[in-house]
Amino acid sequence: MITLNINKKNYNVDVDPETPLLWVLRDTINLVGTKYGCGIAQCGACVVHLNGEAVRSCVTKVSRAVGQKVVTIEGLSEKNDHPLQKAWIELDVPQCGYCQAGQIMSAAVLLRENKNPTEKDIDSAMAGNLCRCGTYLRIRKAIQLAAEIQRKGK
Amino acid sequence: MTHQKTSINRRSFLKSSALAGGGLMISFSALAKFDLEDKVSGLDLPDQWYELTGYIKITPDNVIKILNPNPEFGQNVMTSLPMIVTEELDAEWKNVTVEMGPHDSVKLGPQFTGGSNSVRMYWKPLREAGAAARNMLMQAAAQTWNVPVEEVTTKAGMVYHEKSGKSGTYGSFASKAAEISIPKGVKLKDVKNFNVVRRSQKNVEGVKIITGKPLFGLDYKVDGMLIAMIEHPPAFGLKLKSFDASETLKMPGIKHVFSQKLYEDGFEQGGFDTRTFNDLLVVVGNTTWQVMQARKKLKVEWELAGETKNIIGTQKREVIIPGELESTSTQLAKMKEYASKPAQQLRKDGDPETAFKNAARVIERTYTAPFLAHNCMEPMNFFAHVSDDKALVAGNLQAPGWSEPTLAKLLNLPADKIEIQMTRMGGGFGNRAYGHYIYEAALISKKIKAPVKLVYSREDDMTYGIYRPMYTATYRAALDANKNLIAFHVKGGGIPEHPIHANRFPAGAVDNYLAEGWQIPSNITIGAFRAPRSNFNAAAEQSFLDEVAEAMGKDPIDLRLELLKRAKEKPVGKNNDYDADRYAGVLKLVKEKSGWNNPENKKYSRGVAAYFCHNSYAAHVVDLVMRDGQPYVEKVTSAVDCGIVINPDAAINMIEGAVVDGIGNALYGGLTHKDGVAEQNNFHRYRMIRMHEAPKKIDVHFVQNDLDPTGLGEPPFPPVFGAVANALYKNTGNRFYEQPYILQLNKTSRA
Repeated sequence: MITLNINKKNYNVDVDPETPLLWVLRDTINLVGTKYGCGIAQCGACVVHLNGEAVRSCVTKVSRAVGQKVVTIEGLSEKNDHPLQKAWIELDVPQCGYCQAGQIMSAAVLLRENKNPTEKDIDSAMAGNLCRCGTYLRIRKAIQLAAEIQRKGK
Repeated sequence: MTHQKTSINRRSFLKSSALAGGGLMISFSALAKFDLEDKVSGLDLPDQWYELTGYIKITPDNVIKILNPNPEFGQNVMTSLPMIVTEELDAEWKNVTVEMGPHDSVKLGPQFTGGSNSVRMYWKPLREAGAAARNMLMQAAAQTWNVPVEEVTTKAGMVYHEKSGKSGTYGSFASKAAEISIPKGVKLKDVKNFNVVRRSQKNVEGVKIITGKPLFGLDYKVDGMLIAMIEHPPAFGLKLKSFDASETLKMPGIKHVFSQKLYEDGFEQGGFDTRTFNDLLVVVGNTTWQVMQARKKLKVEWELAGETKNIIGTQKREVIIPGELESTSTQLAKMKEYASKPAQQLRKDGDPETAFKNAARVIERTYTAPFLAHNCMEPMNFFAHVSDDKALVAGNLQAPGWSEPTLAKLLNLPADKIEIQMTRMGGGFGNRAYGHYIYEAALISKKIKAPVKLVYSREDDMTYGIYRPMYTATYRAALDANKNLIAFHVKGGGIPEHPIHANRFPAGAVDNYLAEGWQIPSNITIGAFRAPRSNFNAAAEQSFLDEVAEAMGKDPIDLRLELLKRAKEKPVGKNNDYDADRYAGVLKLVKEKSGWNNPENKKYSRGVAAYFCHNSYAAHVVDLVMRDGQPYVEKVTSAVDCGIVINPDAAINMIEGAVVDGIGNALYGGLTHKDGVAEQNNFHRYRMIRMHEAPKKIDVHFVQNDLDPTGLGEPPFPPVFGAVANALYKNTGNRFYEQPYILQLNKTSRA
């Protein structure tokens, strides 16, 4: 039995400790906001926060999450009002939407560490998140808008 | 998800007609009458919904629910189609909730997402449905108030009788309206008076997407559901010989390992029933990870499939599939060989042979492009729960109407015992029009007598096939002594089909014109990929026109406009498949908006291209710069004519996406094979465009007109390739003939 702390809630799960966190989230705990895109840390659809750091849950063994704080897209904010979520809605970013949770989770860490990211900072931080539909320009703008929302304390 | 069944024979309202270019179009009557019985029995809790037409339900409390008929894969029909209904219904958009419709071709139409056809096909039926419902509500109010219906008006979800000062919500009249027979031929709004359509509305699922709600096929889950995966052969041209699952079955959570045929011998395949492998080695277990791990323990022997045969359609056309294990190097060599052999003539105007013989100058260029993988962000997957007397299948698919008959055949169930639920798709691009994974899931569920989700890993997905074909085309242009273009010849080929659209521009603009095509069969399966054929043609043809323009000493936009003028004033031949004015329109608009001759833009290497496909016109100017020694597309200006733009901001999003997709595929995309084995099976080897490679700015401009809306998912995509090639030429001084262009760029930079 493993106890995990996901989005401030404890879950007891009976899984092989070698199981990637992604599949424990999706198949065992039924938090499906975190997505499977490649399984080899190339696409970023699976990004979650482990003690505030962005990790690729498809290659992160669940044993590594024991005793740590995990945050998924479902727990990024309590009222769907993280500055990134606000900006994403403001700019109507998604097309198919499959990659978007991972994009937001990666961007959240960028914005925490860099309150005023340049376009280059954004491109660099987001290089690991693929979007097949090509919403990159909107993601960039949304991150900049979110930074502004954050700065103004809205 | 909700669903309603009626006792009406679901085929009774279908009409079919043949399309001019071949193929069958199934149209429907949206304006069917329903008995009250059916309505009440089909209602779900907790509200009483009164169904006015197939798409519109209203509660007594004035909540308006509109069903989206077409499967959603990022083209945002979930928002745009209900907008059209809402407009004619004269309701307030903010009071409308949208739900994905069930598969119901009687009430909701063909429900085919593909060919950039959703808005175009549903434009009139949805307007009629909305207008009819509004009319029924007005009649209900008139009856209630005992006034002539001519004195009744509506505004934003309310009905009014000005004379008496009476008013009421749509909801208050919904139950009465539901009893009124659906009128036909109701007058539609003037498109200049739209309040909802032609104004940007937010994606109706936006909040759900960014808060991680279960929306996608892979998210679909029921209690007791098992997970299945298929161990495919490692190469095209191989099939299952034998397997030893003894170690696999010992692995935790594993329930079944078996082999399963997809189609029996002689099975008549529909057009979208393509499948690569027929003998499936299936592993079933409790969780995805358990199954992924257990697969690794399989001991499998594969053997050559040899030559096989597909039976296509009711005509039982036989297609022979070769058995060789193919390699890209031999495919390229074979294409060169076929390119010099006689080919099928697709169109001829005038006397091209003589024109070329007498030409002062002949320009000849050959273009090639590789197989492309769709690489939807969400890999293929599907849910099925099949029992002896019925089946529920749920997941991502573009064409439930095409999948249902095949399912009925394979499961030996009547169509009305098969329920298809459509989830939101993490990408389609044509891949999800093919139903092999639906049938696989259904057959697995039937065999194990349990609900099951079939999951393809990224590797399974990328190596399965249903690719964009491998293409080549040789273009020739003949110039006379005055540098006039007197003849044009395109000979195109592909594995396994050629890309040629013989009636497209510049056919019609050149006196002597010849189009030919040839093909080489293959066991590498292919399928529709965002703007099939066009996605190659526009690259080749638009790069070629650039070279021809240069040889003629003309500006590339000027040359195209001259040719289009010719096609308009003195068209050559028949069946010219484009409107020369509209084609010229996007070129003129992109010339203006890009500041084509503005000296400020000299810092950019500029490439232009335009194309017409799927009923819409698009032109791009791509502005390239050198950045850290690599060419980078910094800015793109796009001009599009798709008629009335339903949801402008969402339309711009799609065009931006098509531009990014085009740049990525032109520069980086491609699959290669060695002895049938894919050399790219995940994103570490198959390069996809990333954020830092996407432009800083994409300026989209629409040609403003009031024409009926036409497609937008595909048309902006093909010309991007050509514009990128032309910009690369300006930047490097070299022409680019082979995609992906990165190969040549890397060679050049190493030199």
